[in-house]
Amino acid sequence: MTTVEFRKDLFADERDDTLHEIGKPTIRQDILGHVTGRTPYFDDHLFDGLLHMRAVRSPHHHARIRNIDTSRAAVMPGVRRVVTARDVPVNLNTLLSLINFGRDDEPLCAHDKVRFLGETVAWIIADTERQARDAVAQVRVDYDPLPHVLDVEEALKPGAPLVNEVYPNNTFDYHGKYDHQKLRFGDVNAAFARADHIVEAEYQMSPIEQAPIETCGAIAAPEQNGRYVCHTNTQALFFSLGTTAKLLDMASSRLHFIGGTSGGGFGGKVDSIVEPTAVLGAVLTGRPVRFTWDRYEEMQVGAPRGGERWRIKDGVMADGSIIAREFTGFFDSGAYMRLSPYAIIKAAGHLPGPYSIPNIAANVFCVVTNRTPATAMRGFGITAADFAIECHMDRVSEVTGVDPIALRLKNAYRDGDMKAHRRVAKNTALIECCQVAAGKAGWPLSADLAAMTSLGGGQGDRALIPETATDEEGRIGERRAGRAPDTAPSKRPTGRVAAGQAGQAVVAVPVQNEDMQIEVDRIGHAIAASHGAPVASPAPTYARQAIAPQRTGADIVPPRPAAPPQAAPVAASRAAPPAYAPPSQQAAPSAYAPPPAAPTPPASPQAAPPAEKPYQPDRPFSRGVRKPGTSPFLSGTRRR
Amino acid sequence: MAKVPLTFTLNDAEIGVFVVPGSNLLDVLRRGAGDLTPKEGCAQGACGACTVLIDGVPHLSCLTLAEMAEGRRISTTGGLAVGPELHPLQTAFMEGFAAQCGFCTAGMLMSAKALLDQTPNPTRDQVIEAISGNLCRCTGYEPIVDAILTAAAKMQGRTA
Repeated sequence: MTTVEFRKDLFADERDDTLHEIGKPTIRQDILGHVTGRTPYFDDHLFDGLLHMRAVRSPHHHARIRNIDTSRAAVMPGVRRVVTARDVPVNLNTLLSLINFGRDDEPLCAHDKVRFLGETVAWIIADTERQARDAVAQVRVDYDPLPHVLDVEEALKPGAPLVNEVYPNNTFDYHGKYDHQKLRFGDVNAAFARADHIVEAEYQMSPIEQAPIETCGAIAAPEQNGRYVCHTNTQALFFSLGTTAKLLDMASSRLHFIGGTSGGGFGGKVDSIVEPTAVLGAVLTGRPVRFTWDRYEEMQVGAPRGGERWRIKDGVMADGSIIAREFTGFFDSGAYMRLSPYAIIKAAGHLPGPYSIPNIAANVFCVVTNRTPATAMRGFGITAADFAIECHMDRVSEVTGVDPIALRLKNAYRDGDMKAHRRVAKNTALIECCQVAAGKAGWPLSADLAAMTSLGGGQGDRALIPETATDEEGRIGERRAGRAPDTAPSKRPTGRVAAGQAGQAVVAVPVQNEDMQIEVDRIGHAIAASHGAPVASPAPTYARQAIAPQRTGADIVPPRPAAPPQAAPVAASRAAPPAYAPPSQQAAPSAYAPPPAAPTPPASPQAAPPAEKPYQPDRPFSRGVRKPGTSPFLSGTRRR
Repeated sequence: MAKVPLTFTLNDAEIGVFVVPGSNLLDVLRRGAGDLTPKEGCAQGACGACTVLIDGVPHLSCLTLAEMAEGRRISTTGGLAVGPELHPLQTAFMEGFAAQCGFCTAGMLMSAKALLDQTPNPTRDQVIEAISGNLCRCTGYEPIVDAILTAAAKMQGRTA
């Protein structure tokens, strides 16, 4: 039996408990059901007349669908219904649209083209699973294979195959306009110039399948009151319910979702695919329908943790102090976005790991490829970055000759340190963890390292946001269509943001204010639409679509005005409610000042000189359709 | 296809059902006989969640033709407890935190029961060998192995 040792002496004065329960054996509340086999999983609900639904799946990574011939399948024994994209009332969604994040980019059933191997192109509903499988084999799909791209950096090259027309640059566009998530803290170039060592390396983490023992599945059945019951093993019951309501254009009050114990999830059961599919089957047949992935589908079609590639460049002094760290990250989202853009925001907030490094720069790209879409999986967004960071720490140790534990202790964050994402670190414990681990391993530590503590040393300069280098004209990461992305953060710093403290620094960044403005526009717009108020711009509606006409990037990408969005005129044309009223133009001063002669922390927004001339991109960054009121099925509107 | 009659003993109950020839035993147990304790994890003999005992020998019911069960004695986790009295394996799994999501547990218990019925005092290696066909994704195998050894000891009237 492994035993766990608790070091209750550590941070004892920070706690008001004595860890009474931790470390004591306890019996799970649900385990009696598990050991007697009585725990009900979704598939343990029996229905008379249950029908079985199977998907017809793409054998290509990327192909245009020329024709789907289901005539032979439709007359196979036991077949009750052939279902295609034209049976899906609103066949376009993105998972996080329920919280107003991202653009609808994914059909439940492909109709114009397939974007990854295994994508659904049709379903068969039959009396038995065997009959459904036999009929699936008889569906003839005429594909026109297209060039595909499976590597994140290949996908970013000019001329790479366009995977998903909703994202014409093969990247998620952060805040509606940036092709990557950026983090800037201090000035990495100045620090690299004075560093004793530069340590660079690249790390690749492969996609990882969650591989629960129970595959994703759902059973849906008509109830006697116009509603549909759905037994599902989802990890996200209300996401699944909202997504189903949206895709099937059905009031959520008509959906009776019953979750419960799922046979393992690990993030792989949040994508809300099996539930709308099963409910659709029940709607179309009027019978109970079971839709569950087999093991092959779970592994091939079920979304894994996305592969991530990280390049890290460190500037290190001879004593092991890391004075600068630069990241370029590529997150393989696969063919659709789902949760990947969010994972990257999480990753950017996590950099540079549990260390206090005074100069940080990061460009992180969320890349669309023809791989299986990625989704949640156990710390996604953090795990691969940490894998890269800790490998890199060992590499830095080798290059500098500084002991690996000493290196971590020397650079560890402490309570009160300002983190690169402008939040103060608290409850830090890396130092104590390293000390205990060193002790357990019999790893010698010098007296000063053994006496180090997370509780002290995090004040003074370490608590301040440093003067920060920005890119040209204070802009961050705007990518021009057709041009390769800037993946080397250090090559383009020109502007400066004065040093300061957290609250002020956030207020003082006009680009962020602009982002907020765009969000306000969007959300104000959504609210106006949901209240039936007139809106200034045409509101794309959820077409009850048959197979849509072939889409091209051109017809879904409205040209963007050359001028950057300015708060006042845009806001004036919209009926945004007061709660979301944009801040006035005066309240958004620019702090992108020329480098001041001397740092003057804390920066005063009023004292900052006005912005330089408005940024004019040489070609507008293409944006796809912005959906107002992303979900008409939820009451209220929430900011992410 | 015409269905054929099939009779077998399931946990001491006589079962008679009509099955489509070629059906697998797992489907017949779950949907025909209504014993939902064996689970389908892969339907290809890899995960062991569907493990049942046929005349005391562990079988993967997803790969067993139902007709092969004719006249045989089948044991599942559904029959492990006697009334309210849990089997020592069940108690040991509960107390040893040997299950999390529970989906592999019924199969694990069947593999373990087959082992303890044949080998009342197994070594740790024998336990590991016995459950080597049962995959667990959440719990990790150590608590499961520990629980099986604990149950074996308890059944022999000693402490592990």
